[in-house]
Amino acid sequence: MSDETSDFGTSDVAPGDEGAEAGVGTYLVGLGLALLLTGVSFFIARTHLVWAPSIPVALIVLAIAQMGVHLVFFLHITTGPDNVNNVMALAFGVLIVLLLLTGSLWIMWHLNHNMMPMDQLMRMQR
Amino acid sequence: MSATHADPHRLGHGARSLGGGIPSKRIVVGYGFWIFLLSDIIMFSAFFASYAVLSNATAGGPSGKQLFDLTNVGIETMCLLLSSFTCGLAGIGARKESNLMFQASMAATFVLGAVFLALEIREFAGLVAQGAGPARSAFLTAFFTLVGCHGLHVTAGLMWLLTMMAQVFAKGYRPDILRRVMCFSLFWHALDIIWVALFSVVYLIGVSQ
Amino acid sequence: MLGKLSWAAVPFDQPIPMAASAVVACVMFGVLAWVVLKGHLPYLWNEWITSVDHKRIGVMYCLLAMVMLLRGFTDAIMMRSQQALAFHSPGYLPPEHYDQIFSAHGTLMIFFVAMPFIIGLMNFVVPLQLGIRDVAFPTLNSVGFWLTASGALLVNISLVVGEFSRATWLPYPPLSELAYSPGVGVDYYCWAIQISGVGTLLSGVNLVTTVLKMHAPGMTYLRMPMFCWTTLAANLLIVAAFPILTATLAMLLLDRYLGFHFFTNEAGGNMMMFVNLIWAWGHPEVYILILPAFGIYSEVISTFSGKPLFGYRSMVIATMAICILAFMVWLHHFFTMGAGADVNAFFGIMTTIIAVPTGVKIFNWLFTMFAGRVVFSTALLWSLGFMVTFVVGGMTGVLLAVPPADFVLHNSLFLVAHFHNVLIGGMLFGCFAGYTYWFPKAFGFRLHEGLGKAAFWCWTIGFYVAFMPLYVLGLEGMTRRMQHYDVPEWRPWVLLAAVGAVIIMAGIILQITQLVVSIRHREELRDDTGDPWNGRSLEWATASPPPAFNFAVLPTISSEEAYWDLKQRAIQQSLLSPEPSYDDVEMPRNSPTGFICAFFATMMGFALIWHIWWLVGVAFVGAFATFVVFAWRDHDEYVIPVETVARIDRANRAARTKVLSRMRAAR
Repeated sequence: MSDETSDFGTSDVAPGDEGAEAGVGTYLVGLGLALLLTGVSFFIARTHLVWAPSIPVALIVLAIAQMGVHLVFFLHITTGPDNVNNVMALAFGVLIVLLLLTGSLWIMWHLNHNMMPMDQLMRMQR
Repeated sequence: MSATHADPHRLGHGARSLGGGIPSKRIVVGYGFWIFLLSDIIMFSAFFASYAVLSNATAGGPSGKQLFDLTNVGIETMCLLLSSFTCGLAGIGARKESNLMFQASMAATFVLGAVFLALEIREFAGLVAQGAGPARSAFLTAFFTLVGCHGLHVTAGLMWLLTMMAQVFAKGYRPDILRRVMCFSLFWHALDIIWVALFSVVYLIGVSQ
Repeated sequence: MLGKLSWAAVPFDQPIPMAASAVVACVMFGVLAWVVLKGHLPYLWNEWITSVDHKRIGVMYCLLAMVMLLRGFTDAIMMRSQQALAFHSPGYLPPEHYDQIFSAHGTLMIFFVAMPFIIGLMNFVVPLQLGIRDVAFPTLNSVGFWLTASGALLVNISLVVGEFSRATWLPYPPLSELAYSPGVGVDYYCWAIQISGVGTLLSGVNLVTTVLKMHAPGMTYLRMPMFCWTTLAANLLIVAAFPILTATLAMLLLDRYLGFHFFTNEAGGNMMMFVNLIWAWGHPEVYILILPAFGIYSEVISTFSGKPLFGYRSMVIATMAICILAFMVWLHHFFTMGAGADVNAFFGIMTTIIAVPTGVKIFNWLFTMFAGRVVFSTALLWSLGFMVTFVVGGMTGVLLAVPPADFVLHNSLFLVAHFHNVLIGGMLFGCFAGYTYWFPKAFGFRLHEGLGKAAFWCWTIGFYVAFMPLYVLGLEGMTRRMQHYDVPEWRPWVLLAAVGAVIIMAGIILQITQLVVSIRHREELRDDTGDPWNGRSLEWATASPPPAFNFAVLPTISSEEAYWDLKQRAIQQSLLSPEPSYDDVEMPRNSPTGFICAFFATMMGFALIWHIWWLVGVAFVGAFATFVVFAWRDHDEYVIPVETVARIDRANRAARTKVLSRMRAAR
């Protein structure tokens, strides 16, 4: 049997395994960015400086940005060739989460819009 | 003992191959745990979906705006963010096989996690005492379940953390134990990511509405 | 002390469940006594119960599925006979019992027949096809199996102690809420499914990692056999869908145990959220079951046509497309529950789109057979029966996917006929094909062909006689789950369906006979070569049954049909490849972790169902301690010495050399 590696598999890294150069510095940068984004989120939620209807959107955008920061700096997910499998799995997971969330909200909004709430229905039958 | 069993099967640490197409055990275990974490996140998304659907169903009871205390949430967030950082330090300590760095960072992670948990329990107890328990309305049901599920994960994480400290203490930096440390750190960072979604969607949006 | 549990929980006054459970108990104790008295217990414990060998676990999964199939089929026969009798009459099953029977039938057939059968075949075959020695996580695999068995055990305990759910196989609230189902039935359902669901998830994680990360050298993704691809797709769906089921049932349990208001009528609860979430799991579940069956047909049809699979890459694309599309169609299970026109239109269109990749597959199979030397073995007959039957079921599925048609047909027997059409004609026929096809690999001898063909014809004819009348009944307006009825037009069709069930029963009896006869005549049916069907993928490169380590030396793969090419090269050169240099083989040690975990899981489930809180604590501590003890062990592998490896592999090579000379003589 040869020790030659096949065209995939052996060149991978485990998720969360940083390259040799990563150290405390990476985590410090990550912590700094995460704290910054968290601070902005909390500020936006309490202030009246921002146009009110845009607040939820802004908060969700900030949350997604912070999740990205965590993925890159804490979980060391990169776009490098050794990470393809990890990123593909992550993409599949994110796709399912998005389908489930948007699908459920869309469906349930329609159902709530079209159908009478159950407690009202029960009250009418009494 | 530890010397002879450092890597008995020559496939523990690093990217060395088991021969041919099979990657090292570290990659296989890490990947498997990564898949498990994704499934855990999908489970959370089901709870998030329920929360989003039920968040207005207060049934005449209090809403999030009346109940949530952002200072408390801020401290909780700080705890978890710092614990993610110390958890990363513990990973570096394990890689360098430095007992002081590993055990001290793990202990710090435990304390921060425990403070987070204590704050959450205090918040829950306060809500129940005001008559805003999970049985009050569908909104509170979804809130308690979503946040409580994350809290349960943190509790499980703390139990796992102690087990890892004990294992490293008793058996040293064996490859199989280092793999578990890696999985634990993935788990802990993932809990932090879920908390980001949680404080943004539940607390901040809840208060700003 | 014992929570809600008392002697009143045992239904002494109902003769049917008492008689049934007495029979089950006698059989179980009989088998147990035989095992202990004959001294087989150490063998059973060391070689099977604690085994972490993927082949043994696969066989145990299939065995569990077959036993549960008998149990689920008994329920089916009872329902058919009840409906045959209950014209203008209450029949012999009172409604509360009848409701438990159809709930148990659905639950058992999906969770404890279809799932274990398909997971068992995947477990057994995939590492062999990939050319590796074991799965990624052998002990986890064992834990997964035993948790599934634990769930099955809880469902069967409900036969004797207490009752089973009456709220159908998917317990829709508010019927399943405490206010309307105050008994323990729904709790039995929920905890059994939660426990086995965790097992399924673990098995999914294991198989996804195995297929994506573990291969023999040279086996790239696009050289994997089709069954490995469908396994990957099905297990990705398991990993993505089962957490949703776990979360949904957890919410229902919180409602029932702690007075939460997820799905209640009061305090703002929203029962439609349950329906939404359960189908967000339930639809992918359908593809979890059917995709591996598609993989089995691909292997069987290609082998028995003597040709490579037609359109391999289009098959891969179709499989992965179904894997994604499966998550975009779930609303079609509740078109009629109030979504607006645009939602219904979207999900209706997405559903019909799924028929496209499925159609691609059907044509690929047909073209694989086209101009091939087709051998009409039992396994191929199952595949042909599938192709015809599944096309009918697929057509009625597309019909149901059209929302206006669904408003007429939903909740009728038309729907029941449709999903039995695709589940029996699609999934179950696939399992039987795989069972026949891989049986010699697992046990070293083939199954009796004549009896297998007879069983196939009984099943196929029985299926059509039993379920085509249900389509008619659905169109005539008969709804599902009817305990009695008084419409005279329905009567002949209901009687015909009962006849069909009896024909299927003949098929099952023939299958049991086939197994017994094959075991008795195993010397005549022996497969010495390891390659009884002239196969094309790597599992046929090993001996039958394969040694614990599968491959003495991991094969090097250079094409899509790994074993076929090795074989052709050997035939051309009239020579096997030179003997490789052997080495010690390290294999994972057996571990009782899975069995002990399942023991505590069963205990915890039972204690939770009956509110015996101290026992819940005991079981939790026990399960946690098991994990810590497992994590603490120092040696997780053992070494098979090089001499043993060489001896076993040389025997296999000698058998193959004999085949080679026989083939040369035949030329």
